[in-house]
Amino acid sequence: MAKSNNPSVSSKVQLGEVVVLRLDGLDSLVARLTALGFETKGPVVRDGAVVPGPITGVADLPVGVHDEQAPGSYRLTRGDDGRLFDWAVGPGSWKAEFFPPSQEVWRAVKVGDSMQFTESAPLAPLAIVGARPCETAALDVLDRVLKDGAHRDPVYADRREGAFVAVVECATPASTCFCSSMGTGPGIEGGFDLALTEIDDARGHRFVVRAGSDAGVEVLSVLAHEEALDEDLEARGRVLDQAAARMGRQLQTEGLASLLARNVEHPRWADVAERCLSCANCTLVCPTCFCSDVRDTSDLDGTLERRRVWSSCFDLEHSYLHGGAVRTSASSRYRQWMTHKLSTWWDQFDTSGCVGCGRCIAWCPVGIDITEEAAFIAASDGATPANAVSKASAP
Amino acid sequence: MTPVVHRVVGRIQETDDVTTLCLEPVTGARMDFRPGQFNMLSAFGVGEAAISLSSAPGDRGPLRHTVRDVGAVTRALCQRDVGDLIGVRGPFGSDWQVPQRTVGTAVKDVRDTVVIAGGIGLAPLRGAVHELVAASHGGGGRVFLLVGAREPSQLVFNDDMEAWARDGARVLVSVDRASPQWHGRVGLVTALLSDAGFDPANCRALLCGPEIMMRFTARALVDMGVAPEAILVSLERNMQCGLGWCGHCQLGPFLLCRDGPVVPYAGIVSQLLTERER
Repeated sequence: MAKSNNPSVSSKVQLGEVVVLRLDGLDSLVARLTALGFETKGPVVRDGAVVPGPITGVADLPVGVHDEQAPGSYRLTRGDDGRLFDWAVGPGSWKAEFFPPSQEVWRAVKVGDSMQFTESAPLAPLAIVGARPCETAALDVLDRVLKDGAHRDPVYADRREGAFVAVVECATPASTCFCSSMGTGPGIEGGFDLALTEIDDARGHRFVVRAGSDAGVEVLSVLAHEEALDEDLEARGRVLDQAAARMGRQLQTEGLASLLARNVEHPRWADVAERCLSCANCTLVCPTCFCSDVRDTSDLDGTLERRRVWSSCFDLEHSYLHGGAVRTSASSRYRQWMTHKLSTWWDQFDTSGCVGCGRCIAWCPVGIDITEEAAFIAASDGATPANAVSKASAP
Repeated sequence: MTPVVHRVVGRIQETDDVTTLCLEPVTGARMDFRPGQFNMLSAFGVGEAAISLSSAPGDRGPLRHTVRDVGAVTRALCQRDVGDLIGVRGPFGSDWQVPQRTVGTAVKDVRDTVVIAGGIGLAPLRGAVHELVAASHGGGGRVFLLVGAREPSQLVFNDDMEAWARDGARVLVSVDRASPQWHGRVGLVTALLSDAGFDPANCRALLCGPEIMMRFTARALVDMGVAPEAILVSLERNMQCGLGWCGHCQLGPFLLCRDGPVVPYAGIVSQLLTERER
């Protein structure tokens, strides 16, 4: 007969200690974070997709919601199992919470002989319950761009440094997922305040929880929790093993950056361009794409405003230089996007720009698959339009 | 992202569509910078554009930016009058690494410097030439300035070029199309290289102009025996933030606002210049 967990207690948890929360404990976590002054957000179902949104408790989470994803396809399904996190990431990433799609940078008015600037106010501190490991990995990537470089984006950096992040490890990756290849999931070992694993077996529906920071320890200590038993740890291991086994895709990352760097003239870029609509969906759903436009406007009352708005390298205007765009062809724009993600991101920020979340595959209207494109180029390394033609015409 | 407000204290109409703006901060001290760096200039209410500094750090007087009217923002900047306000953020980016004028110290770098500019490409080089000519009188190497322009009316900084020549620099100018009044050379700037008289084995070259001009000039320099490592080029892409955040100024591995605009020609840059739509 299986041992039973010790009855629920609120007691001081140690950093790295593993405990078990039941559903009411998860409810208390959300309430506790909100009581601490956080704007508390988590995955919610909106417009047929799982996206970040405000939550007040477990009832707001995607209860019994599952998903089916494939290149160019995303559908939610409903079950009666009551599980909260049995879905893979949807179109909305947590990027938007830290780096809003449109954000005022400053407003200015002419005062006397000069100008007076008002910089935008900081955003409220954010608590996230239910980010995936690939999504916190994406935030780590964004940190290198917006927070840890020579210039610190104060709005992003303040919101990020003040955030509380409770990650839920991934149990049900989609067919489009390849986080195992990128080393960003399905489990997580660091970079969180709390890490949860949802388990629903003979011993009940529960969460195995680890505290990864002092803030996490503090919050967890006041929640009714149980001591984790070996059975709980083994159950977590099974969840992660099963998740890794059902990973739908893989990306061969070894040598990938240099492979793409030496294949800028590969005929595959023209082939992708035949399919690519340059619609920018991939860059909008990507949790690491950071390109933005800086836009100034003036009001009739004389107030000036500068905004920062997401932009995309698929947009013709993106590479505009006096006289016109540098990257006019769809092939050059797709090449820019993919080689940036997987190759030149390393040069610029010493990391991959891809975390393997698979969103660009699911949300591409024509189902272009970054893993397939990379594999194709790897299999025909060194091809050029010239030698592709000569091969085709060879007897 | 918040600019420092500057006032236009002077403007020079260089050509039909090129204007030099002389700027002083409304409050506070003039910024320090190195030749080759750029600022983000705001035409308030219209937008911002990346414009290189065309003055020299050692000069007294206002900051200079030389702007060509090629779009909405640069047009608005060119139309600013004395007394108008302009926002300045910067300085950003890498520089030409020319010796700085320091009183009483000998300049250690005695190599020849070949400065090669196409059209308004002379603007980000102007400060460097000033410094180099001054350094050449303090033990620094010889200065060679080779300038190409589409036609004589497109030449900028004619007075400076005369002054640099008087100060010992060898200045050669060529235009693609001569006007009736033009008695100088006609042809591509690369045609000036063999007549300039610098020592290819002991020189450095600073290049700024259209990419195709830099590509062919750099190649010609290498063919003459100049080491690729001794060639610097100034590259340009759409720059919207100057801070490495906006992603627009990518060129292969570079974010040009951060890693450029001045980069060594040797290695990846020589390759990038031959690739289309990068």
